[in-house]
Amino acid sequence: MATVELTFSALPAHVRTARLVATAIARRTGVEESLLDEVRLAVGEACSRAVEAHRLHCPGEPIRIELRDDLGRFEVTVTDSAPSDELEQDRALLRFDDPLVQLPDALMSGFGIAVIVGLADDVQVYPSQKGMRIRMSWPAATNGLSPA
Amino acid sequence: MDLKLDHHSEDRLTIVEVEGEIDVYTAPRLRELLIDLVNKGNFHLLVNMEKVDFLDSTGLGVLVGGLKRVRAHDGSLELVCTQERILKIFRITGLTKVFGIYASVEEAKEAHGSDK
Repeated sequence: MATVELTFSALPAHVRTARLVATAIARRTGVEESLLDEVRLAVGEACSRAVEAHRLHCPGEPIRIELRDDLGRFEVTVTDSAPSDELEQDRALLRFDDPLVQLPDALMSGFGIAVIVGLADDVQVYPSQKGMRIRMSWPAATNGLSPA
Repeated sequence: MDLKLDHHSEDRLTIVEVEGEIDVYTAPRLRELLIDLVNKGNFHLLVNMEKVDFLDSTGLGVLVGGLKRVRAHDGSLELVCTQERILKIFRITGLTKVFGIYASVEEAKEAHGSDK
């Protein structure tokens, strides 16, 4: 099992860096090229949600992202320190039948999670008062590293 | 890649050209442009997304916000997009039912009737 960990300040500019790192490691782990866009978007959504939550609740705290090559799966876990609740997760499971009514102009965090659920092969969302953890994974080469 | 924005008017239609990545970092610039256009009386907007490399839910929120603003003036906000990876996020969120999405600027103009 190979793991890469990254922590970053809750600044929107760093989300792109996190996306690029995740995509590069996914490629190296052997995730199919056709899935890399989904990895990039899902990781970006998880990190954007975390940045927005930290800016509201704890702007000085870093956000952590773990990227793991685990028995033929590429697994990404994004962990924040902002309090969240079950309601947010419930909203994520809804389709937005009338987004014009439901959405404010700015990002609604449940909207981002709904996108992740639609993109990742396997997603678990763990909300808590100490922060939210989003774990997602995609199939990868069973022998770990793809050719360099 | 950063975000490049441009716009021009053709008859009643204002075409917004977007190039690059629309995410939590860059989306505020697109939001400001859309608000500015609406404040200046441009209520029929066509956003050309053919050169957009990346779009996330923050960007979707900005487009929905723009749509709400123009609809308040009986206006429209429609999109030009043929890229599957961008269209996918509209489908996942059900926003294909909310936005008019065209394959080209010409097709959108025809549908809009602005070239008559």
